[in-house]
Amino acid sequence: MEIKRVDITEEATALVKKLQGMHGELIFHQSGGCCDGSAPMIFEKGDMYLDDSDVLLGEIAGVNFYMNIDQYKYWKHTFLTVDITEGRGSSFSLEIPLGYRFIVHSRLMTDKESALMNGR
Amino acid sequence: MSYSKPKFKEKYGNFINGKFVDPVDGEYFDNPSPIDNSLIAKYPRSKKEDVDNAVAAANAAKEAWGNTPAANRAALLNKVADIIEENLEEFALVETCDNGKAIRESINADVPLAVDHWRYFAAVIRAEEGSATELDENTLSLNIKEPLGVIGQIIPWNFPLLMLSWKLPPALAAGNCVVLKPAEQTPSSATLLMEKIADVFPPGVINVIHGFGPEAGKPLASNPGVDKVAFTGETTTGQLIMQYASKNLNPVTMELGGKSPNIFFNSVMDEDDAFLDKAIEGAVLFAFNQGEVCTCPSRILVQEDIYNKFMERVVARTKAIVQDNPYDLNTMMGAQASNDQQEKILSYIKIGKEEGAKVLAGGEACSLSGDLANGNFIQPTILEGHNKMRVFQEEIFGPVVCVTKFKDEAEALEIANDTLYGLGAGVWTRDAHQLYQIPRAIKAGRVWVNCYHAYPAHAPFGGYKKSGFGRENHLMMMNYYRQNKNMLISYDKNKLGFF
Repeated sequence: MEIKRVDITEEATALVKKLQGMHGELIFHQSGGCCDGSAPMIFEKGDMYLDDSDVLLGEIAGVNFYMNIDQYKYWKHTFLTVDITEGRGSSFSLEIPLGYRFIVHSRLMTDKESALMNGR
Repeated sequence: MSYSKPKFKEKYGNFINGKFVDPVDGEYFDNPSPIDNSLIAKYPRSKKEDVDNAVAAANAAKEAWGNTPAANRAALLNKVADIIEENLEEFALVETCDNGKAIRESINADVPLAVDHWRYFAAVIRAEEGSATELDENTLSLNIKEPLGVIGQIIPWNFPLLMLSWKLPPALAAGNCVVLKPAEQTPSSATLLMEKIADVFPPGVINVIHGFGPEAGKPLASNPGVDKVAFTGETTTGQLIMQYASKNLNPVTMELGGKSPNIFFNSVMDEDDAFLDKAIEGAVLFAFNQGEVCTCPSRILVQEDIYNKFMERVVARTKAIVQDNPYDLNTMMGAQASNDQQEKILSYIKIGKEEGAKVLAGGEACSLSGDLANGNFIQPTILEGHNKMRVFQEEIFGPVVCVTKFKDEAEALEIANDTLYGLGAGVWTRDAHQLYQIPRAIKAGRVWVNCYHAYPAHAPFGGYKKSGFGRENHLMMMNYYRQNKNMLISYDKNKLGFF
């Protein structure tokens, strides 16, 4: 059974749908540190080069959610929920001109989820 | 003493080819102040066409600027320094209004440091020389430094004028023209500077465009008319910019994030003296600029035998931080730069608590009264935990420090280097051996020894690991904005004899 590691709120889903209408197929990539970092960023599919160093955490609102594998090692014990907040970032993430930022809320994986993740 | 919000025009333009111009499609965005979320002004929501115009202006100016004598280029850089210095208070107020930082920091740190960076690079190009080597009695190798041409610079919102002053002067000193994109959260001080220096440089040498990352930043980073991109920001955007640069086979420099350890060995508490006082302040420097610094000393590592005594004083000093109106000179910590930044920081504090970190100070948003109630304030926060927690591993970019203890040197280094990043670090000790050996063993581009958060223009700065590559400041920075022309000259009258 596949373990769910990432989810999305209704508000964020609505924003994703809007962006899909504007840009077509999209991907999420969770960025690392600095200024506008530590935030999920959304790009047109194919804009960002992805390979084995990017872990696919799951699909939310029809969009694959990726994270760099080195970062994932420190994140894997937490469950992520993508949400939105009003605001503005200076990254290339596509939602920014609309006056919103995607934001990630985290909680610890439950014991059951952790056991599933560890293949037990 | 207290200041108030400075006056602004209703809207501003892009600065292209020596004058302010409206964005081509006439769209603007509202820029609010994070102090009270009141409107500052409207700035251009530039698109590809605006970027193309700026890049074209820079390309048209590059030949003449690249051939301008170093003495003349230096004189103009010095002129900029003088203009900023003469208007220090005005720049500081605009910076505080736009970014939210306490006026005591913008007056005493941001603006004077910015001035010095312009002067430093003005001096550098008068003093440095190329090289000439006689390879044999008839062969001379001449190395001439040539500018790259047009530089695209994308700067962050945490030190808007200072980051501009880290990036513009070396690029200009080296003979390049520049298209600079300030962060959309903080477009004001760059605009004020362009107003003040509009006539200093020939048109096209400096161009400033405003707008959003996907609409204006991306067309700049991927522009085939740009010869190099210098970026300060976070890893995913950094990766994208490198990708775009690879299409143009352009060089890039990347100044990305950090999760800097600040290590306190037990000898700091051997005496209760000025040095211990300095070390405690050194730990509390996590709150400098509301923690919105890529080198924020966001992990405090304390040797276990002094841990309780030392942290007691750090907590007391942190709780004494005055957080109030950023325009008041007594205020030590201002507002976070934006609403989404505040949200992100709070979500990190939440996951920190969930992971079992103990809150030693702060831990919540800070509610202030009056207009400030609408501002984005967060209490300076100390979380106690261990290095595998996410709050110890991710750059929060806020006034949140994570503290843990270590047994000995080996464990201190193990924790310090257990991070994806390698931008800054601090080492505090009275032990002469540790003073050298520990910094050498830390994988970071800048290790402050018995100090922290000093950024002199003539000390190189940059990251190891996922904190990026390339260096800023210092003479060595010039070579990131130049290419080497080697002239290999033969004074031999005789042929080779092959044909």
